[in-house]
Amino acid sequence: MIRIDSVTKRYPDGTVAVDRLSLEIPDRSITVLVGPSGCGKTTTLRMINRMVEPTEGTILLDGEDVQRQPVTTLRRSMGYVIQNAGLFQHRTIADNIATVPRMLGWGKQRARERAAELMERVGLDASLAKRYPYQLSGGQQQRVGVARALAADPPVLLMDEPFSAVDPVVRKGLQDELLRIQDELGKTIVFVTHDIDEAIKLGTMVAVLREGGRLAQYAPPAELLSNPADSFVEDFLGADRGIRRLSFFTSDALELTTDAVVPAGAPDAPLTTAETPYLLVTDAEGRPLGWRERGSAGDADRLLPYGRPFRPGTDSLRAALDCAVLSPTGWAVAVDADGRVTGVVSQQTIGEAIRAAHTQAETDAAPARGEDEKVAG
Amino acid sequence: MNVLNFVQAFFSDGAHWHGYDGIPTRFLEHVRYAALALAIAAAIGLPVGLLTGHTGRGGNAIAFVANAARALPSFGLLVLAVLLIGFGLLPVMIPLVVLAVPPILVTTYEAVRTVDPAPVDAARGMGMRESRILFRVEVPVALPLILSGLRSAAIQIVSTATIAAYVSLGGLGRYIIDGLYQRNYEKVVGGATLVALLALVTLALFWAVGRLAVSPGVRRR
Ligand SMILES: Nc1ncnc2c1ncn2[C@@H]1O[C@H](COP(=O)(O)OP(=O)(O)OP(=O)(O)O)[C@@H](O)[C@H]1O
Ligand SMILES: [Mg+2]
Repeated sequence: MIRIDSVTKRYPDGTVAVDRLSLEIPDRSITVLVGPSGCGKTTTLRMINRMVEPTEGTILLDGEDVQRQPVTTLRRSMGYVIQNAGLFQHRTIADNIATVPRMLGWGKQRARERAAELMERVGLDASLAKRYPYQLSGGQQQRVGVARALAADPPVLLMDEPFSAVDPVVRKGLQDELLRIQDELGKTIVFVTHDIDEAIKLGTMVAVLREGGRLAQYAPPAELLSNPADSFVEDFLGADRGIRRLSFFTSDALELTTDAVVPAGAPDAPLTTAETPYLLVTDAEGRPLGWRERGSAGDADRLLPYGRPFRPGTDSLRAALDCAVLSPTGWAVAVDADGRVTGVVSQQTIGEAIRAAHTQAETDAAPARGEDEKVAG
Repeated sequence: MNVLNFVQAFFSDGAHWHGYDGIPTRFLEHVRYAALALAIAAAIGLPVGLLTGHTGRGGNAIAFVANAARALPSFGLLVLAVLLIGFGLLPVMIPLVVLAVPPILVTTYEAVRTVDPAPVDAARGMGMRESRILFRVEVPVALPLILSGLRSAAIQIVSTATIAAYVSLGGLGRYIIDGLYQRNYEKVVGGATLVALLALVTLALFWAVGRLAVSPGVRRR
């Protein structure tokens, strides 16, 4: 565990970049530092590997003061990834990745094998090994940066806005890749970003910093969304934090109905619980074809598109709501892993589920928060 | 008679190709003076340039020293050195080294100072020691510029090393000075042509070193 204990950083020109910051960064999870530009995120991160020395306070790594460790040993136990990757342009991709292993005295062959292994891990084609950084796209370079940081298998990974210089599509790919790698490797990752969406997506814990390097809130993303500590955090989360919070609720409990689902060519189902003027038509395998109005059986050409279906359990309530909002009939289509329809659900039902989930979350959170307060007091 | 005739006459005269005043001897003497001067200048300019470029400190001092050195006339310096030390190789080396240090020093400093800071930051963050950062991260990227500083120093040395002949030493300057004295313009033009030729050879040599020593990742090709 990394423990930041009332650390202050005052630069020689008098700027207070970090002000009495305390954080406990749990092992084997992603802790995100987020906040507006200039709030001291980079400074905080760089104090962990002593690229910046704190003015006051201590940072403990597994209980030991980082100040007491030789700086090179400390840094070699922590992978470091920066914006734009910072690759060595005179070295091939494989040699870039093998930098730390070579520095630690590994043989050429072993370092090369390790580089190949890591390229696969971060989703880089083996054919890129002999290329030079200028021959790679920004996203690929960033993957190399991550691979290079992981090369000597350090327990800690420090990442400073690693994905902020690439376009949104590539960024999403890199984020998914990082989550997958984290599932496999279980590193202690400290991740800096100014993008709250990225923080919420990646963070197990999120520390929101405000100008002047003070901690505004330190909480898991779901709690951040449901319970912002003050108006600064609330503003920082943005106007749609209610919608975003739905990402943390599962769509498991949604009550699906199959009454309005009919195979192609079948006559109208009787009006029962599903008070919809539309029926979802499926093919022989049970996959959705589209919506038709009641009383228009057999007229395959006049089907309304069914939009994007969601998968109960896998997708969140946010995804389910999104499907319903985008559906021309106001009903979302639920499918199983093979794409077969398991039922349909109305906006109204989803709304009820959201209210129920909120109530549930409040009652779950209340005793936990009570304990926090006891510890703090 | 035009210049080309002079050149042709000089090089076709068999007497110019052997003996202590023959072209091979004078050519090698010239190369030896130039190589020695370049080696001394590099031994001074490179370490200082690398160190100041790496730390980013001492830029003003370097600019001052370089400008002061550029203001000194080579020939005046030679006369002064001879007056102070007497004849020999040393008084010739002094103006040549003074001439060559500024371009080496200034370009090396600038080359290292302007290396992209991101890879340097990454290297430091992964626990690389400063000396290794300088030689394994900064120098390989700065190399093309460092070589260009050495190259312009070398070219200047090659053309200025003719002054060695003024103080009774050899080298290609002998032809020029003796030729002027003897009003033998064939010799003067021949000597000048050989100096120009050596300058071209120097250029070719630096081009080849650049091809071999600079990584394709830096050359981007
Ligand atoms: N070397 C330095 N000397 C003086 N002040 C500095 C130095 N480095 C950073 N600062 C100042 O400290 C404050 C925090 O900087 P820091 O780089 O940690 O911010 P950040 O949160 O990473 O910002 P960004 O999102 O823009 O990267 C800023 O006001 C910055 O100007
Ligand atoms: Mg920053």
